[in-house]
Amino acid sequence: METPDQIRDRLLARFPGAAVAVVANPGPAAQHSLLVGGAHGRAIAEFLRDDPALRLDFCSNATGVDWLDREVTDVASTTVPDPAGGPAKVVEQKTKRLQPGYLEVVYHLFSMELRHGPVILRMRTGNRSDKVTLPSLTPVWRSCEFQEREVFDLYGVVFSGHPDLRRILMWDEFKDHPMRKDYAEPDDYEWEPTPHGDVLAKAKLHYPAAEPAAAAPKEEPKP
Amino acid sequence: MSDPGPPPATPTDAERDELRRQGILLTSMEELYNWGRSRSVWPLNFGLACCAIEMMAASMARFDIARFGSEVFRPSPRQADLIIVSGTVTKKMAPQVVRLWNQMPEPKYCIAMGACAISGGPFKQGYNVLKGIDRYIPVDIYIPGCPPRPEALLHGLMQLQEKMRGQRLTGPEAPPHMQPGAACDYPVPAFGAHDLEPPKNPELWQPPVLVRKEGA
Repeated sequence: METPDQIRDRLLARFPGAAVAVVANPGPAAQHSLLVGGAHGRAIAEFLRDDPALRLDFCSNATGVDWLDREVTDVASTTVPDPAGGPAKVVEQKTKRLQPGYLEVVYHLFSMELRHGPVILRMRTGNRSDKVTLPSLTPVWRSCEFQEREVFDLYGVVFSGHPDLRRILMWDEFKDHPMRKDYAEPDDYEWEPTPHGDVLAKAKLHYPAAEPAAAAPKEEPKP
Repeated sequence: MSDPGPPPATPTDAERDELRRQGILLTSMEELYNWGRSRSVWPLNFGLACCAIEMMAASMARFDIARFGSEVFRPSPRQADLIIVSGTVTKKMAPQVVRLWNQMPEPKYCIAMGACAISGGPFKQGYNVLKGIDRYIPVDIYIPGCPPRPEALLHGLMQLQEKMRGQRLTGPEAPPHMQPGAACDYPVPAFGAHDLEPPKNPELWQPPVLVRKEGA
């Protein structure tokens, strides 16, 4: 099967103006993925499905990722020649910038006919609040239907062109998106016998410690 | 003025056995009624998760819940005496469980089967699982386990029969449905924007009042 770089080059030749990039996976799995802009997402998906060399006819998995705002440090190194004639200095300039958060949808594509895969397709939304619309790939791969509904339910990505975009796990009146990293769950902590971690913090909030007067007197350390 | 003497004592079990050998059945209406209904507890045909698999096993030949008169799993809550809440009650499912409970005729009983139905179990800290069905409906028997073995379910059923045999039909100890004017309807929670509304029935359940030890 073609490498993601080869697929990207063919996609760029086929769709001039489309935003296609390869996101490298530095891990040992080295499953590099194709990052595709939402504007051409549907056309690119149809191309991947129908191209005779790829024939990616099966979408095995569609899932979402929530990326919060994060601070990125860019390091730009410039070489400054020494006016006295010595060796040139390398000056590193660090600039911090805020990378706005976004939601991401990941599709794992396989070819049943040619028996290869996966090709991993990513699409990113503009932000996490109002620009969350992405093209639905359910018209291309029917198996995306429930999983895109799940991403809509739990992450809040709106899929345009989805035939039946409703919540699938939570009830229709529910307003939150529980898989987002900043989801605040309802404050319904109850007593736990052995709280630890996050649960311990909740336990301390709901069951404050006894008054110091009521606590048992501490033994004085013996000299 | 003659001494009336001590009041007639209730016959002991040995005396009643002796009478029964002579062909005389000595019992009370209450005892007969409880004997009958405790041996024909018809559960609702209702399962939620993996505990329901054990419930099915208990109803099959190896464990044979028919020995206790409870093999008649009713597909309609109108005909059921017992709801076995067998499995995880998600918040999306909880209103339906309460609605089924409301549709069952009195006298009715509830068994919370397994860790999830008792307390939410391993999912207790999740956002989508009810932390025990006793937040909304009164539970008679709790069966711990994850899931409980069919023997445990049979034991719970026997405990429920024990409880039914001890119930009074008249007087202040009678169950609520025998009391005039007692409400037998339980409010069905509504789907809210963030959680079920209300998150619990405060008449049935209140969080435990505990004080954490210093340094804990």
